[in-house]
Amino acid sequence: MPSHDVMPNMELYQPVQVEDALAIADRLAERGWLVGGGQDTYGWLKDRAKSADALIDLSAIESLRGIRETADGIEIGALTTLTEVATSDLIRGSYSLLADAASVVASPQIRNIGTLGGNVSQDVRCWYYRRGLSCYRAGGNLCYADTPQGMNREHALFDQSRCVAAGASDTAPALVALDASMVIQNLDGERVIAASDFFVGPANDIENTTVLRPGDILTSVRIPSTWANAEFYWEKVADRNVWDFSLVNVAAAFKTTDGQIEDSRIVVGAVQTTPRRLTEVENAIRGNSRNADTAEAVKELSTTGARTLAHNGFKVPLMQNLVKRAIIA
Amino acid sequence: MNSKLTRRRFIKGVIFSGAAATTGAGVYLANAQNGAGTAERLINLNINGRTRPVDVMPSETLAYTLRYKLDLTGTKIGCNRGECGACTVLIDGVANYACSVLTHNVKDKAVVSIEGIKSADGTLHAVQQAFIDENSPQCGFCTPGQVMSAVALLSSNPRPTREEVRAGLSGNLCRCGAYEHYINGVLRASGQIA
Repeated sequence: MPSHDVMPNMELYQPVQVEDALAIADRLAERGWLVGGGQDTYGWLKDRAKSADALIDLSAIESLRGIRETADGIEIGALTTLTEVATSDLIRGSYSLLADAASVVASPQIRNIGTLGGNVSQDVRCWYYRRGLSCYRAGGNLCYADTPQGMNREHALFDQSRCVAAGASDTAPALVALDASMVIQNLDGERVIAASDFFVGPANDIENTTVLRPGDILTSVRIPSTWANAEFYWEKVADRNVWDFSLVNVAAAFKTTDGQIEDSRIVVGAVQTTPRRLTEVENAIRGNSRNADTAEAVKELSTTGARTLAHNGFKVPLMQNLVKRAIIA
Repeated sequence: MNSKLTRRRFIKGVIFSGAAATTGAGVYLANAQNGAGTAERLINLNINGRTRPVDVMPSETLAYTLRYKLDLTGTKIGCNRGECGACTVLIDGVANYACSVLTHNVKDKAVVSIEGIKSADGTLHAVQQAFIDENSPQCGFCTPGQVMSAVALLSSNPRPTREEVRAGLSGNLCRCGAYEHYINGVLRASGQIA
């Protein structure tokens, strides 16, 4: 495959108002490509693995930036950078789970420009797909990763449906754990969707990782005060500490009374296309203490239903251990 | 090959002829008349304190503009994918990968590249001098990016700990593996090593 220094020439729209951006996105539909920080976008375009007739650059829309307190929690503009999310006093104070997740995305320079909206909307990591091969997700009728020769060490354990790629976002599991919701606008108006419903797996839609469709713009993320100041646990395991995507990550929140778990959220990332919430584990540990016995008791349960591929079997004990550590810590 | 036809000149020639050929591509310029429409190609860029008019393609990256249109070749393109850090520049004081920023994104911002951090009288920036004193670079290809990340770090954190330096430079690869020497350089520049 040739290496390209530059992106193909295309139109560039730089609206400064959401209304203009919505009109352009609607008019261009499939021809347009929304860009926030562009850190996922430019690779696709440089590699000629995907193309667009026009870029719709949202970065000049100031109303999509910033972190605000609301009557019930906080609202984060979709264009807020990951550095801003990671260092915000408001987020660090009450929702540190999200700040911790944002603080280990990619590298400092990428966090300085990469946005929260982009981090949750980024495409899956699979080198066959990103190479531009005509796999199921790219509209073809083959999966190159789930073959006897396929390199699938980083791929999914659950919810495989033709495609076995894993989701790459670190902030997505944290947002699901915090019961966040996503605010999506298009020319018809606004809709608010729970984070857990925002992400879609290949069984439901093999070509998209979210419910966003041409004409839609993710404008903000709302986090209710439900889990404010809860006990949080975040851990990301990757081959390298910088740049690398999670092999497995875990975002967890616990509410305890007198040392007993009253309610919890345990969400694991990079084990399927979407963040995987472990509802059965949450139910099993309710009423117990956050200790090694409680954790050990749900070890097997946490990975029930996993289907390993040729090279990703290590993710099962890794995920079990991360869930245990989340419960114990 | 003609000895005067250096590799750099050859590349520049090809790119400019390409740029000239696309100047007349009607769609982009035509849409520039549209109220909410596409960006103007001829923009003013504030680079290293100077404002310069540049004709910039819509999908052009800042690294490309700096190197091939403004002749600021101190900014290196290593991977061109935001995975190495050699192209690090400051945009409004914040470290960014110039290969992964559209030039059209920085038209209202102040860009500082490696050429812009020495004093007007030619005195090197404290980080540059400290990197020399610590023999930080080996092959030197990643050095401009390491310097820019160090400058950004010290401007927000003038006396970083060794761990903070490590984190601050973590977005810059050095294939010679001279990391410890760069970290020593940053500590020297911050006055913590004499």
